[in-house]
Amino acid sequence: MNSQSSPSLRQALTPSDNDSSPERKALLAEIDASCRRPVLFMFANGLLWLMAGTALALLTSYKMHSPNFLADWSWLTFGRVRPAHLNTMVYGFASQVAIGVAIWLMCRLGRVPFMQGGLVVGATIFWNIGVTVGIVGILAGDSTSIEWLEMPGYAAYILFIAYALIAIWAIIAFRFRRERHLYVSQWYLLAALFWFPWLYSAANMMLVIDPVRGTVQGAVNWWFAHNVLGLWFTPIGLAAIYYFIPKVIGRPIHSYFLSTLGFWSLALFYNWAGIHHLIGGPMPAWLITVSVVASMMMIIPVVTVAINHHMTMVGHFKKLKYSPTLRFIVFGAMSYTVVSLQGSSMAIRSLNEVTHFTHYTIAHAHLGVYAFFTMVMFGSMYYIVPRLALREWPSARLISIHFWTTALGILLYVVPLSVGGVLQGLAMNNPDIPFLKTVELTKPYLVTRTFAGILMTVGHTVFAVNFVWILARRRKAYQPPVPFIAAGLQQEAGAQLGKDI
Amino acid sequence: MKYGPLLFLGIFLTLASSWVGLTVIPQMQFGGLQTTKIEETGRDYPLNTWGAASKGRELYRANGCIYCHSQQVRPQGFGADIERGWGTRRSVSRDYLYDKPVFLGTMRTGPDLTNIGQRQPSVDWHLSHLYDPQITSKGSTMPPYRFLFEQRKIGAKPSPDALKLTGEFATPPGYEIVPTENAKDLVAYLLSLRADAALLEAPLGK
Ligand code: HEC
Repeated sequence: MNSQSSPSLRQALTPSDNDSSPERKALLAEIDASCRRPVLFMFANGLLWLMAGTALALLTSYKMHSPNFLADWSWLTFGRVRPAHLNTMVYGFASQVAIGVAIWLMCRLGRVPFMQGGLVVGATIFWNIGVTVGIVGILAGDSTSIEWLEMPGYAAYILFIAYALIAIWAIIAFRFRRERHLYVSQWYLLAALFWFPWLYSAANMMLVIDPVRGTVQGAVNWWFAHNVLGLWFTPIGLAAIYYFIPKVIGRPIHSYFLSTLGFWSLALFYNWAGIHHLIGGPMPAWLITVSVVASMMMIIPVVTVAINHHMTMVGHFKKLKYSPTLRFIVFGAMSYTVVSLQGSSMAIRSLNEVTHFTHYTIAHAHLGVYAFFTMVMFGSMYYIVPRLALREWPSARLISIHFWTTALGILLYVVPLSVGGVLQGLAMNNPDIPFLKTVELTKPYLVTRTFAGILMTVGHTVFAVNFVWILARRRKAYQPPVPFIAAGLQQEAGAQLGKDI
Repeated sequence: MKYGPLLFLGIFLTLASSWVGLTVIPQMQFGGLQTTKIEETGRDYPLNTWGAASKGRELYRANGCIYCHSQQVRPQGFGADIERGWGTRRSVSRDYLYDKPVFLGTMRTGPDLTNIGQRQPSVDWHLSHLYDPQITSKGSTMPPYRFLFEQRKIGAKPSPDALKLTGEFATPPGYEIVPTENAKDLVAYLLSLRADAALLEAPLGK
């Protein structure tokens, strides 16, 4: 497989570094070495924020059914802790880990070492200062109360500059790639890296720095907030799934045509779907109709991507047993299908009439950001970290605990809370039921959520322990991480594919 | 797909389309909406909030009331907002002309507050409710906002605006609970919330 020859179809369907020649191995080692400092630094900071965000999540959840808990200090009032939780998770944890994964994938797929790792470490410090300033700002009472954009303007500037300084190097890695042929993951990564700064700066300009008038703010708010999920987290999550499933099971992606269709239909439709968050609200009818239609059209990319991912997996499910990466990634890929179809259904007016304004929406959001995106990021880190740290994960048992607590935790979170949300919505739409009844009936579901949160906290804690442990371990000469057959499988597969092409 | 520039063009155009479609065009269509004169009263609608109410608005923002309260009434026949008495008509864009940010909200752990000033005009009710929602609404999950109040020793004579608390909520003898300026501002804001003027685009009852 050399980059001069025109890519065969086989190559177009497979992440391009399945090759075990000595030169290729040396190149991969060089790439990993160049990513080591910046990417591990992002992961480490991301995990710190994950722990902070988890604590804030538990506090939020607990307060929701026991409002008197820690209520007398303004910094910890519910309406501040909740956005502090969201922003820690979105900007501190998820975005930061996503950028790390994106950088590594960009370099691996483009077969170029990462340039300016030192500078990027500096920019990452700057990013983390931005997040800290933003979270402290929210707790101190400077929240903008604009959902997904609560960080005060002064933190937004820091984040934007830091982002630009980091992302530019990922884009440069793309621009100067040595492998000219593009794999589907790269389309998604390039798109996400470009879409996010546009979304973030436009929304901050139009909402925080120089707000537009009246309900136009509502339109901008949901254009932004929906797209942070759809055009930032989703493409990076999908890029990782597209890379790791074929990589780990050693089999090309099911269909090139479906990959293209899935990408362009997502780019076209996700975009326009955001205003369905305001169905029934004070918005011109056309704006809402456009978004409802786009939400329905989202079924196309979702079904395409689902067929593509799940068909690639067919016949290889027993490998889930051995590869932690695969386990998390496939859990995430399945959640993506479910959460996206659910999302489209929630834009149907008759369902929206019930579920809008209820805990159902909160459950849906966690199915997306957690069961899909976060699980995919966990899976990616299980693959990437040993290759950067040149060490194996110290404890397979901790990985197993991590998987089961988070997988069961998120199910225990989402399923009951969705039921509670529907009951809440039905009660709310029946004017004969006093309002306090709608509050009362949700309490058991809210308590259940706190228990789910405790499970997930256990998972995050063991993951953090394993992460610190792997970094603290004495370095040995590089060996593929043996306890997990995945590595072996993938090497075998690599050898096979090498022969094929 | 090998062509980076083509890919990039597509990426650019797709987001550009929705940015224009969902933010720029709405801005052109209703970003310049003006106030209107209400016939019966001869006053402009909506009026800007000012003084205590506008300070209260900032407290509403800072303390994240939007995570449990919406400020939008859905039309008759979609949900039961009007039947619940949350408004006499649906909300429309004109109602929010002066709001920065708009507190439309997406969650109703608590009731909609578009018209709370009309529905619950009692200052004392609001103060007791903010101090501890259990006083007025047993079983509520709304957090208490005791940090907007001050507990202090009763001076020569009790202050006139001290809360009247009895039973399980009573203060220790010799002490009283007095609302801070912040609490009064927040209540002034709540009382200012009413969108009950009939508009051309939103007649009452719809
Ligand atoms: C955790 C959710 C929650 C938060 C945060 C919250 N509320 Fe509430 N609120 C409720 C619930 C539940 C009710 C209904 C029961 C009651 O009256 O307490 C309610 C009721 C109210 C009512 C009475 C509405 C009516 O129709 O009688 C007002 C006024 C109110 N809240 C104002 C506020 C203000 C102001 C804030 C922010 C400082 C706030 N709430 C924050 C949950 C919340």
